[in-house]
Amino acid sequence: MAAHEISGEVHRHEAPKSFIRKYIFSLDHKVIGIQYMLLAMTSVLVGLIMSVLMRMNLSWPGTKWPILGTLFPTGAPDGVMSPEFYLSLVTMHGTMMVFFVLTTAPQGGFGNYFLPIQIGADDMAFPFLNMMSFWVTLVGFVVLILAIFVEGNQVVGGWFSGLGDWMQGGSGTVGPIGGWTAYPPLSALGKIAGPGQGAGMSLWIISIAIFCVGSLLGALNFITTLLNMRTRGMSLMRMPLTCWAWFTTAVLALLAFPVLLAGGILLFLDRTAGTSFFIPGGEVLTDTLITTHQGGSPILWQHLFWFFGHPEVYIAILPGMGATSHILSTFARKPIFGYRAMVFAMFGIGLLGFFVWGHHMFISGMSPYSAMAFSILTLSIGVPSAIKTFNWLGTLWGAKIRFTVPMLFAIGFVSLFVAGGITGLVLGQTSLDLPMHDTYFVLAHFHLVMGVAAIFGMFAAMSFWFPKMFGRMMNETIGKIHFWITFIGVYSIFVPMHIMGIIGMPRRYAQFAENGQSIYHFIDPADPLVKFVTVAAIVTAVAQVLFYFNFFWSIFKGKKAGENPWEATTLEWTTASPPPHDNFAGVVPTVYRGPYEFAVPGAPNDFIMQTETDAELASHSKGTSGNGHDGHGH
Amino acid sequence: MATMVTGTKEITKKGKRVADRGSGKSGPNGHGSRGNGGDPGGGDLAGRFEPDRYRIGMWVALAGIAMLFTALTSAYIVRAGWVNDRRPPDWRPLVIPRLLWLSTALIVLSSITFEIARKGLKRGEESVYGRWLLATVFLGLGFLASQFVVWRQLVGQGVYMSSNPHVSFFYLLTAAHGLHLLGGIFALDYLLIRTWRKRQGEFEEKKRLALAGAVSLYWHFMDGLWIYLFLLLFFWR
Repeated sequence: MAAHEISGEVHRHEAPKSFIRKYIFSLDHKVIGIQYMLLAMTSVLVGLIMSVLMRMNLSWPGTKWPILGTLFPTGAPDGVMSPEFYLSLVTMHGTMMVFFVLTTAPQGGFGNYFLPIQIGADDMAFPFLNMMSFWVTLVGFVVLILAIFVEGNQVVGGWFSGLGDWMQGGSGTVGPIGGWTAYPPLSALGKIAGPGQGAGMSLWIISIAIFCVGSLLGALNFITTLLNMRTRGMSLMRMPLTCWAWFTTAVLALLAFPVLLAGGILLFLDRTAGTSFFIPGGEVLTDTLITTHQGGSPILWQHLFWFFGHPEVYIAILPGMGATSHILSTFARKPIFGYRAMVFAMFGIGLLGFFVWGHHMFISGMSPYSAMAFSILTLSIGVPSAIKTFNWLGTLWGAKIRFTVPMLFAIGFVSLFVAGGITGLVLGQTSLDLPMHDTYFVLAHFHLVMGVAAIFGMFAAMSFWFPKMFGRMMNETIGKIHFWITFIGVYSIFVPMHIMGIIGMPRRYAQFAENGQSIYHFIDPADPLVKFVTVAAIVTAVAQVLFYFNFFWSIFKGKKAGENPWEATTLEWTTASPPPHDNFAGVVPTVYRGPYEFAVPGAPNDFIMQTETDAELASHSKGTSGNGHDGHGH
Repeated sequence: MATMVTGTKEITKKGKRVADRGSGKSGPNGHGSRGNGGDPGGGDLAGRFEPDRYRIGMWVALAGIAMLFTALTSAYIVRAGWVNDRRPPDWRPLVIPRLLWLSTALIVLSSITFEIARKGLKRGEESVYGRWLLATVFLGLGFLASQFVVWRQLVGQGVYMSSNPHVSFFYLLTAAHGLHLLGGIFALDYLLIRTWRKRQGEFEEKKRLALAGAVSLYWHFMDGLWIYLFLLLFFWR
């Protein structure tokens, strides 16, 4: 401590020396950010494999996949997937993707790494809490993996059966079969409710509850850091839009996750403590009348779940919006169009997101008056969304665009956000939602807008910040091939699904044929589409190998990157790549201007760093002797 | 200012100053909060220390905790049938266990003792701070003990978690509140342990005040939360 007081520059925690403190239990927000990214990159593989398995079962039902039969002898006897096995894939695919990919990487990953640097801080406000939030999340992940094996594997299934009826596993599925929404009463009644609803469901709830705690710790840290740790000159309206996005996301997480946690606790008590929060009386399951519960309301769970669930989709997409705004401006070499409007639109989306949860429940039998209110509020989200979209287009308008890989993905994000969002206007209307709700139309809608668009935001962010994080560039050629296959691939997957939905193809069905005979003739015309989608899905999934290869290869073999390879303006590009432990090597940056000063008339370069003073600019442009840059505005 | 080492305004090539927090408002025409956090000091530890962080962090945490109990309250309201004014037939509310009045008195008292402790700390009277902090810990433990005895009494009377929905909520809400209060007691213990530390000086003093301020926010919130839960469970019918 004494040494610091003399030197006058203090890092709140020392650069760690040992391997464990540096890379495993690290307090450094940069390491924690990368840990979050690696967690997401692991989870997304699990989720992706599950989705491909689902597609294969839908296209070629009854086909024998020997490897499945070996791995899951009960759930897929002789390699033929049972309907329960399919439903458990649906559940775990959704859970993995929504929680451990879409929530962890954009916020916990990129946000953790870049929020402190972009506001000129040396770390998060509470580094220890930051570390805890990652490790708690990781425990949640491990418990979720356990849920897969406790149901899929007889041996693991026996481990916990001593704990009681609620921990009976070994049903042959890979988890609960109730979807990522876990609707009661089936999720509340235990093993009697079907395969996977015993130990699998219990562990699912525990995993999600742990995840809630981890996310809350993270959100607390993000908000405090942003409010308290901005460097001198970094006023709120000089922050990059990425920071606004992470801040809004953190506020949403802070207010939404406790509600899911509360719901999870109630559900868990219904399963284990004999309470009846969600279980109504008179339930008959597998010829048994449930007499131990009465009076609860399954709809209550839906309200609690979707009060969390709707903000959650913005938690997934808002960081992508931030990254997209940032990247579009950088490679269009133009200031972002309507900075202020972007900020307010983002907050508008976040705020409205708390009042629209009912649109997930139009088919729950809610009062038409409530449905009307939810519907109007839902459609009004179109306004801030349109502001954002038009501002993105305004940023691109007339620009000399540099078509780098991050730029391609950012433009892809805009495209997917529009394509997926536009059907939100369809589904937000009660009369249209009622017939479409349980069809592939909804599936296509939310996969495009919150799934794939958010993933594109992550790809954009990864290829944009990779040089900063690892000091090397990602390979541009591989990146472009990866982009085009993925971009065309996801449209090939999800556009046909809209058509299937309009035809009336119900979602969550494991198969539409029995003994090779179609049993729902009204969807026969969609059969070629179903096979086409599966082929597209397999191609797109395989193409992701390119990304993983590019990622790991570039870490070691990529072209060396300098401090500022993209000629961007924000604070992270004023420091070394990768940044030192305290981000700015003992220097506290001072900010003199907004984040997107590109192509300023009269300026010596087409970009001005946030740290450059007007005096410095004048000295750079000797020839013009200070003519131009007085005229530039923000 | 114990160790004033004011930043030397060393200008780097990009016009960034080295660790000089004092003269925050001059220079750039916008302002972040780090530069002007109310610390007139220089670039030493005391100057760098940002007490706002704990207060802001605590308010944010309390917002999250408030949402948890809001969600549980809304579940309570729905289950009690307040929505459509039809009381469900299985809704048989508990009679107020007498001991809860003692619990309430204990926790209200603990808020008062905490404030006395904090006043002592502000005046720089360490011994007053330590003594009343200890009293607060004991009152907090007393509250938890009292809640626990209420549970034992109810179990003794054959009233279990699964008996009826009001009782379920009673156990759930008191347990959730109790767990949070237990966290508060750990925080108080931490404050106590810090008073035993030998290290003195302005930094330590500021840090103690900031920590005590944040913990007091939490503690009073838990006090208020208990009163709210008590009213919700037994009076707002």
